[in-house]
Parts: sequence; C-alpha cells; structure tokens
Amino acid sequence: MKFIDEFRNSEIAKGIMREIERLSQGRKFRIMEICGGHTHTIYRYGLHDILPTNIELVHGPGCPVCVLPMGRIDGAIAIAKNDGVILATFGDMMRVPGSESSLIDAQADGSDVRMVYSPLDALKLALQHPDRKVVFFAIGFETTAPSTAVTLLQAKRLGARNFFVFCNHVLVVPAIKALLDSPETQLDGFIGPGHVTTVIGSKAWEFIPSEYSKGIVISGFEPLDMLQAIYLLIKQLIEGKPKVDVQYTRAVRPEGNPKAKELMEQVFELRETFEWRGLGWIERSALKLKPDFAEFDAELNFDLPRRRVPDPKVCQCGAVLRGAILPWECKVFGTACTPERPIGACMVSSEGACAAVYQYGRYSRKVRELLQRKTAEPFS
Amino acid sequence: MCLAVPAQVVEIVDEENQIAKVDIGGVRRNISVALLDDVKIGDWVLVHVGFAIQKVDEEEAERTIELLKQLGQPYEEELKALGG
Repeated sequence: MKFIDEFRNSEIAKGIMREIERLSQGRKFRIMEICGGHTHTIYRYGLHDILPTNIELVHGPGCPVCVLPMGRIDGAIAIAKNDGVILATFGDMMRVPGSESSLIDAQADGSDVRMVYSPLDALKLALQHPDRKVVFFAIGFETTAPSTAVTLLQAKRLGARNFFVFCNHVLVVPAIKALLDSPETQLDGFIGPGHVTTVIGSKAWEFIPSEYSKGIVISGFEPLDMLQAIYLLIKQLIEGKPKVDVQYTRAVRPEGNPKAKELMEQVFELRETFEWRGLGWIERSALKLKPDFAEFDAELNFDLPRRRVPDPKVCQCGAVLRGAILPWECKVFGTACTPERPIGACMVSSEGACAAVYQYGRYSRKVRELLQRKTAEPFS
Repeated sequence: MCLAVPAQVVEIVDEENQIAKVDIGGVRRNISVALLDDVKIGDWVLVHVGFAIQKVDEEEAERTIELLKQLGQPYEEELKALGG
C-alpha cells in the first residue's frame, strides 16, 4: 500500500539502527512514546528488542480507552440499561471492565449495545429508529473529537431529537503537562503523537522545549517513521538543543487542521476538570458539549450513577499509563490479566501497552523470563 | 484509537453533505470530508473513524523516504565493502 510499504523496509531499518547505536553511545536515554499507536508499532515490529539497551522506551497515556476511569464505563452501562435505548460505541470499548461488568456483559443481559465504525453511523441508527433513543458513547483524543463535532452539527441540522452523545473526549496536551509536573516522571524526551498533531498542529507542543527543556519529535506510525523519530530526538538531545521536530511531515503542519479545530470550537467547551485513570484529576483536560447542544447531551438527559470507582487493587494500569512501570512489571500481567479476561483497560484496547506487549512482546527473552518467574510465584 | 490510514479520493459522491468515495488499499468506501477544504479526486487523505482528518502531502512523503534512505546508506555501503 502506498505510504505504508515504503516505510517498512527492513534493510533501511538496519542502517538507521546502526546510526542510532553510533549516535547514542555512552549515554542513557529515557524516551516516552505518548501515543498507544506508537506502542503498538514498537511491539508489532520488535523495535524494543533491536534498539540498543541504553535507549529505554516508556509507554505514555495516549490510549483513550485506557485512560477512561471505571466510573465512566459504569455511566455508559447505566445509559444502555434504559428501556428503548440503543448505545452505540467503538469496538474497543465493548470489553473494557466497569466496576461490575462491561458493555459486552450488558449486551448479553439484553441491553441494545452496538458497535459502530464512525460517529456518523450512530447518527444513522438514530435516523433509522425514530422511536428509539440512540446514545453515542464518544471517546477519543483530538483526532476523534472533530468527527463527533461534525456529527452533532449534522444532528442539529437534521433535527434528530432522539440522538445523544455521552461525551468522554479528552485532550493530550494537559495530560502531558500533568505528567511533566509529576516528580515521578524522569524523561529525556518524547515521541509525539502523529495523528493528534495532524489536528492540533506541531505548534501546540512548543511548551515542551520552552517550559520543560525537553525534546519532542512528532512521528508517523510505520517502523521506519519511528526509527527516524528516535534518531532525530537523540540527535537534538546530544546537541543540547531540545525542540519540536516533525518527522511526520507528510501529514503534520505547524497549525494542524484549522477547520477541524474550528468545528470542535463550535460544539465543545472545556470541562473544569476530568478524572484520568492513572493520572487522577487534571484541570481543563476534557471536553463537554456547549449549552447550545444541551438537547443532545446524554449527561443532561439520562440518570448517571456519577460514582467515582477506584481501580481494582491488583490492577496497575495507572502506573503503566504514567510510565512508572513497564507492562510486564505489573503483578497480574499475563497471569490473572489477559486479553481474554482483562482486569485493566490497558489489556483490552489494541493500543493499550499491556495488550501490545501481550500480543507481540511476550516472546521476547526479557518478558518471557519475567513471566515464567511470575507464574511460578504469582502475586509475589 | 488514533489509527488513521492513507486513502485516495476516487469520487466526490455528495457535495452538499461532503461525502467522498476513497480507495483504501483496494477497498472502496464512502467517508466524510467535512473536516477538510477543497478535497479533489486524486488527493491522498488520512482516514480516521470514517472522516478524512488531514491531506497527505506526496512530495513530503518522497522527501522523507529519501532522508530515510540516506540515513540507512552507510550500513549498505559497509555491507558492500564486506562483500568485496
């Protein structure tokens, strides 16, 4: 496929790897890849195994399914249980555990929960079923929020009175600021999220070098993209000139996508605060519907439990999302918590760090040894 | 979740509702182009949850591939030298 195959050439990868090795010699680097899509690429292509050992990749909070606290899943399940409601959501959300059950359990219990590919498909459901209330369980970062905005504007234009949005859109920049302000975080730089940045623009990351003196390279999602981004980041760190660099130039512009930002502005406003799994409450880090769209706002039109539910004690998703531990260091990784029976959200979404390691990385020597030790002595 | 795939616009299906048909690796489907201005047949776009979120710049892609090849070149040359 064009724009994909060219960025998967293993011979070029070997060459870049050599350059990274040569350049990084004699120094340790701790780099966070913010986006779950990048985590997926790292494990799928085994980049973690071929990078020199002085470069440590830490996984960031860029998986919208993973950062949603259990209370919000409970909220979606409560909405789905209402008579006559169709709850529509992305496939990734179906198996995420709430405090008592997941949406797939709710579906088995008779609630009408449907997977959709696009928010527009949810609106289509509402138009096809005027006698039902259709609620779209909206999740995602700035990449996804503009699509929900367009869908809401269309719902308003069409007067779709039976369409609602349960808005859980969150913003990446405030989360990264919160991480950088935490004393726990020891990082040299970031691999920045390519697709979020196609919308918000590379200028949005200027605070990383200017306020925190750290580097960031916005990267594409193919293995060669990521290797080049790592090379560029190490280069700027060695030169002692941290800056915002863009590797994904074929899709990222300094100003992002102005039209998408403008449409988001029309529909959403900032929440004062929002709870992130693992990161806690972060001010102005999530979106809600503007008062003009109150008639579509599921939070205003349905009874929600609004409970704050702590994560199960054995689950260490929070620490994984903060980059404080690596997935296989979690007590239950690969033993009590697997993609078939997940305890935490990081094991559910294909972009969750735990699911990525479980699927592709657990055969690497380091992970296998740790897992064998853990199976012999679970919960030790 | 933030997965987006490159696709080529093959037809403007509905100008008023901003729907275009794209080819994604041989599969054709309708997507919304409401987030972009001036989408034309032949344009490459990134598709995420049924929406084109950004155009893909072919020239920039070529430039990146050139840079990647240059970056990997010393290794290739070393291999050649070893081969004698």
